[in-house]
Amino acid sequence: MTKGLEPIAIAANGLLDRRTFIKGGAAFAATLSGYTETQGATAQPLTDDSWSLIPGATTPPYEQRSRFEAKVTRTLTNPKGEARVQNARTPLHLSQGTVTPNGLHFVVAQSGAPDIDPAKHRLVIHGMVKRPLMFTLDALERYPKVSRMAFIECGGNSAPMFSPQPIQANLQTLHGMVSCSEWTGVLLSTLLAEAGVDPEAKWLIAEGADAPTLTRSVPLKKGLDDAMIALYQNGERLMPANGYPMRLFLPGWEGNMSIKWLRRIQVTDTPGMTFPESKTYTQLLPNGKAYQFYFVEEVKSFITQPSPGLTMNGPGTYEISGIAYSGEGCIKRVMVSADGGKTWAQAALQAPVQDKAFTRFRLPWRWDGSPAILQSRAYDDAGNVQPTRAEFVTERGELKAPLPPAAFPNQHFNGITSWAIDAKGEVKHVYA
Amino acid sequence: MFTRKCLGIGLVMSASVAYAADSPNLGTPVTPADIAAWDISILPDGRGLPAGSGTAAQGAPIYAQKCAACHGENGKGGTASALLPRGPVTSINGAERTIGNFWPVSTTLFDYIRRAMPWQQPKTLTNDEVYALTAYLLVLNKVIGESDVMNAETLPKVRMPNRDGFIVRFPGKM
Ligand code: HEC
Repeated sequence: MTKGLEPIAIAANGLLDRRTFIKGGAAFAATLSGYTETQGATAQPLTDDSWSLIPGATTPPYEQRSRFEAKVTRTLTNPKGEARVQNARTPLHLSQGTVTPNGLHFVVAQSGAPDIDPAKHRLVIHGMVKRPLMFTLDALERYPKVSRMAFIECGGNSAPMFSPQPIQANLQTLHGMVSCSEWTGVLLSTLLAEAGVDPEAKWLIAEGADAPTLTRSVPLKKGLDDAMIALYQNGERLMPANGYPMRLFLPGWEGNMSIKWLRRIQVTDTPGMTFPESKTYTQLLPNGKAYQFYFVEEVKSFITQPSPGLTMNGPGTYEISGIAYSGEGCIKRVMVSADGGKTWAQAALQAPVQDKAFTRFRLPWRWDGSPAILQSRAYDDAGNVQPTRAEFVTERGELKAPLPPAAFPNQHFNGITSWAIDAKGEVKHVYA
Repeated sequence: MFTRKCLGIGLVMSASVAYAADSPNLGTPVTPADIAAWDISILPDGRGLPAGSGTAAQGAPIYAQKCAACHGENGKGGTASALLPRGPVTSINGAERTIGNFWPVSTTLFDYIRRAMPWQQPKTLTNDEVYALTAYLLVLNKVIGESDVMNAETLPKVRMPNRDGFIVRFPGKM
């Protein structure tokens, strides 16, 4: 490494200045080692492999990823489709950047994905409007569209963090019910303007075309602000389990409210007090009361690499990388600690940093092989700071006995997650 | 504003918003009769409740036939959640949340059973059957008297025990 490019430690346990990579350029980057699920191979003399000696596969009309990536999948809670909710979690620890591939997007489907014929699907807007209207998918295609990157998170994501002891599971199990995509569709405000909303109206009741015709009440304010009827996800039509052919999309808000398979919006002066908002998506407090109409997915972050299952490959320089997001705005800053929160270094945010979207943060780290505790803490531009886990559970409650990792004892956890690295380089979930 | 600027990176969406306000007006006008089959939401004050009625005595055999397989005999729980009252909900370490100890509003029962239950054949119950099942579950949960009749008039007046157990997290957003 060239003299003068020696990275400067800016927090304890080897956290380096976030500009190190940029300044150090290729020379410094070449010293980086990857995290491994198994130990890496040693160098061998290079030869031409079989794939370099014969023509490759025919390009298919719709490409599947390499067969070597087959293990990168969602984890399912109800793979046989029994008569109960189906959850699929995103493998955030095996992903990079900020976009979730459509086939890996998390899913909560109360009663599976309906097989909707888009030509027969209808969207009705009625109730407190001057002109009750019905829209076909073809009609909506002709409307002016908007695209935006936005995350969507289940209100119950991160529920294992309410356990009294840290549950030893990977990132996918702990925080895998959040994903981020580019959503394209028609602003709901456009359709509401066409229908002519009664000035006394205050709420919308949105309903899906699935078997339980799931309904949620949404403040009209949100409907007139940034709510979208989403038709496309990362450039292609929505996936069936993500609402094909159309879903409501409420940027930054609890995923369940972004009603999938959307077929009806009733404009009202009161919330419907529907089942999901009367029980499932309420959050118990230690005083026996419960939050209702929580709406916002608050500022949050976690380190994706390294994380449990991704082992350090010996001492050396690594990139600590993770995801931060806030339902209240843009990520302004992410701080990273390697000593369990005693000292902090500011991570680099990967541009573009977008409102209510995943923001990738990165920080170089020189791991000397001794035990360390990694944490990340996000700050948004609305002034919100991610709480520590201890702060969060003091306010919201902690289980007396652990539940299975897929249980939802409570919701909306946005506290700090801690990964302990031992001398062997193994990563464990800890409370620190 | 559709999206806000992050760290000075303009997202140039405001132009799209202005453009979007100009609708091609392709919505087809519909009448209440056109959408009657979908117009099934019940509001907490009872608006939307249909004609018909039912009692717990009428609901019990329907429950045994169409609901008990998943929710257990007399609502004690099975592969699906219990529909009985549990002890008071005190915290996440307290009793399971059920109709009697948790649900804030009575009309939710009619609305949810009619749209979503029974799980494998939703939207197949008659309105009388839904009223009867609602009465049956409210009696099981000791919220109404054994012989109370549930209909569009009586159901919205039923006060649920945990009506005041809720705090709106972000009132400013409503
Ligand atoms: C095949 C199984 C099955 C059958 C049969 C069934 N249910 Fe359900 N029921 C479920 C499942 C699963 C849920 C949970 C849904 C959720 O949480 O989104 C549920 C939820 C409910 C709830 C909400 C309970 C709560 O507090 O969480 C009520 C009330 C209910 N069912 C009533 C009925 C009635 C009445 C019938 C008969 C007409 C019935 N169910 C038949 C599976 C079933």
